[in-house]
Amino acid sequence: MRASILRSPSPLPGFGLSFGIMMTILSIVVLLPIGALLGRGLMIGPADLWDMVNSRRILTALTLSFRAALIASLFNLVFGLLLAWVLVRYRFWGRRFIDAAVDLPFALPTAVAGIALTALYAPNGVFGQALAPLGLQVAYTEVGIWTALVFIGLPFVVRTVQPVIEELEADLEEVSATLGARRIHTLRRVILPTLTPALLTGFALALARSVGEYGSVIFIAGNIPNLTEIAPLLIVIRLEEYNYDAAAAIGIAMLVISFAMLLAINAIQVWSRRRIGNV
Amino acid sequence: MSDIALTRPVPVTTEPPLIRYLLIGVALAFVALFLFAPLVTVFVEALRQGWAGSLDALRLPDAQAAILMTLTIAAIAVPINAVFGIAAAWAITKFDSRGKAVLITLIDLPFSVSPVVAGLMLVLLFGAHSTLGGWLIANDMPIVFAFPGILLATLFVTFPFVAREIIPVMIEQGRAEEEAALTLGASGWRTFFTVTLPNIRWALLYGVLLCNARAMGEFGAVAVISGKIRGVTATMPTMVEMFYNEYLSVAAFTLAAVLAMLALLTLLLKSLLEWRHADLLAATRRH
Repeated sequence: MRASILRSPSPLPGFGLSFGIMMTILSIVVLLPIGALLGRGLMIGPADLWDMVNSRRILTALTLSFRAALIASLFNLVFGLLLAWVLVRYRFWGRRFIDAAVDLPFALPTAVAGIALTALYAPNGVFGQALAPLGLQVAYTEVGIWTALVFIGLPFVVRTVQPVIEELEADLEEVSATLGARRIHTLRRVILPTLTPALLTGFALALARSVGEYGSVIFIAGNIPNLTEIAPLLIVIRLEEYNYDAAAAIGIAMLVISFAMLLAINAIQVWSRRRIGNV
Repeated sequence: MSDIALTRPVPVTTEPPLIRYLLIGVALAFVALFLFAPLVTVFVEALRQGWAGSLDALRLPDAQAAILMTLTIAAIAVPINAVFGIAAAWAITKFDSRGKAVLITLIDLPFSVSPVVAGLMLVLLFGAHSTLGGWLIANDMPIVFAFPGILLATLFVTFPFVAREIIPVMIEQGRAEEEAALTLGASGWRTFFTVTLPNIRWALLYGVLLCNARAMGEFGAVAVISGKIRGVTATMPTMVEMFYNEYLSVAAFTLAAVLAMLALLTLLLKSLLEWRHADLLAATRRH
């Protein structure tokens, strides 16, 4: 049997069946579609692919998607850490309720978040009206894209850092205090380094999700070419024009960015396991 | 020196009260602004013309067709995903096969692919211009702009949900219980149903919950593959977009409110699982 080449002996049955089901569904749902996109890219050829991506509108869209995702994820890095710390370390009324609510962006459909944020920040919306006297316009600007991506990425940092804060040993902090460190030094020199791998992982996850985000962004972005038009929207536009090669070119560019970030996440996890695992 | 004994000990493993209240305040303000305000807005906008207006919106044939489509898709996609998740977890955790890490990476891959790119891949694979797509259409089995395409797109974006909840739990529980059951003469299936399944049932339910929420709420991938044909391939989230773009605000937000209530129900059930059965969930879910 071919299966026996892949594994060492185990007394448990069902390898052939479970492996078969897994590979069948994996192939149809994930591998074949990815193959179709990469195959299309090979047919077009690297030179023509680059020519297609190398237009001002596409490069602007790709840069915008990446920049907005970076800004929103940095924002979430800071506030996610704060939220995780407050949820684990402090006791206050409604704590468990807030804890449960953190996952709202995972559960709420992106299109729902998109129209809700637009209604809030539009010039006639509650927040839009409040910000107008300050000269701030959020909806239909890049700031609107940041806002939507902050919403989408919010749970990632909280949920990766929270378990690590829960596992922190109190004695490290006590030793640090006994040795004369002030609280701020303990936080900066003892606690923050321990949290760094989890913080980076959460940041990378939020970034990966935000770069490709579509549903929550398109309503609030205004979608002005060369200004607030994100890369996924450009793919949709090209597809509506039946320009499959151009759509595939942008898709491959985004896939390359995704793969790069996946590698980065794995590298961070390997690095942190090496650093923390040996303690 | 007696005054030292009279002062209360200063706790060294927490921040001064003032800082604590300040941090709690900032955290609450952040949550209120970025999470609760959008959620409340959905319901406020839905009820802008009162309950009657919202109920009228739900009676629109397009809205009802979209609700039916979303329920059907979830009813098919979630069980397929659960079967895949269990099969993958069994194959990966109960045997020492080579290339385990590669398989787990492949399973997680859909999480880092933009939903729009997922839709694009399916269009390239099954669209009318492709060899496979042309053949399927000639044989009256269209996938793009049709039900199977929406199903495949939903399966793609929800792909890792069940597997990544069960795999860590099954790794943690090891193989000893199954091996004991087999030694005592139980068949493979009996071992699975009486030993493995009870051990993973809460993690499975947790994964199914998340998978269902995403299956019903997916927008980008479905928007690309479905062609958003009213009454035929429109799902609830894509119908929300169409109503919204036609300035049918109450209809858009009413459908959105139904989806939001579903999201709240998901959060409630998920939290109950985390509180009651934390020990049987993946370690990262215990808080």
